Amino acid sequence: MFEPRTALQGAHFSGDITVTDAGLVGMIAIRGSLTDPALCAAVAEVTGHPVPATRKMSGDATDGLAWMSADELMLFCAYGDAPTVAARLVDALGDVHSMVSVLSDARAVIRLHGDVVREVLAKGAPVDLAPDQFAQGDIRRSRLGQVAVAFWMTGADSAELVCFRSVAGFVFEWLSTASQSGSAVGYFATPRR
Amino acid sequence: MLRLTCPVCGATGEETEFHAGGEAHLKRFGPGSTDEDFRDYLFQRQNPRGVHFERWRHQYGCGKWFHVARCTQTLEVFGSYTAQTSTVPDHIQSAIKARRPDWEPAQ
Ligand SMILES: [Zn+2]
Repeated sequence: MFEPRTALQGAHFSGDITVTDAGLVGMIAIRGSLTDPALCAAVAEVTGHPVPATRKMSGDATDGLAWMSADELMLFCAYGDAPTVAARLVDALGDVHSMVSVLSDARAVIRLHGDVVREVLAKGAPVDLAPDQFAQGDIRRSRLGQVAVAFWMTGADSAELVCFRSVAGFVFEWLSTASQSGSAVGYFATPRR
Repeated sequence: MLRLTCPVCGATGEETEFHAGGEAHLKRFGPGSTDEDFRDYLFQRQNPRGVHFERWRHQYGCGKWFHVARCTQTLEVFGSYTAQTSTVPDHIQSAIKARRPDWEPAQ
């Protein structure tokens, strides 16, 4: 047997914000028509989360259900639970046209914490990160630097971010560079004079 | 810089979040067509200065294709609309007309 490990192996950086490997996270992609009531009912029954509206998320990377596109959801759960949860989803979905796949080892989750977390993300993503435009409960799939990521706020000064495992090192280094001590822009977090 | 709004998921971003897919509303000429039609379908493209229709994909977002009407001269975006159409919807035509009264849809 192999021993599961994250791409970042517990990496941690501390600058203007902290950037931390979230550790092993169970991730299950669910594809199907999100407007199909049968799919929504089955997903809600197994996950305990209502199917989120467009660009919304219920919960977080510990236990959450995220909108990914018009025909895709991502379920976050405990790493070890993912295979059984996926099997329960397949059972519950039955004949509903859908696809369930465990992607825990194909993705990486990074936690961000600090007053200027919005600014750090805004340095690399073409997204309006003003607090009234992007709040807790919103999720945005976009790019950070040159690679695809998705991120969401978990509090006023914290966020989580998911990316492909193959670019986890790049994303971690990018976030660390963008949050070097003293590099804060003072746009969202510091009151402007 | 272009700022586009994806009509599928409603997200607005600048063009690097999207991927350009070339001219929109091409009519396909496949097996059985004349060599000239097939050549034109493959290689001939409009390159107007002004109102233009393009396919775009929300590359880093929801991943879906859609259409955009924009001005190649000013980068003004008149609107984005579903990929599941072979004609320019009326509300997009109206939006263009409001800004470019002289513009006429191609036949
Ligand atoms: Zn989109």
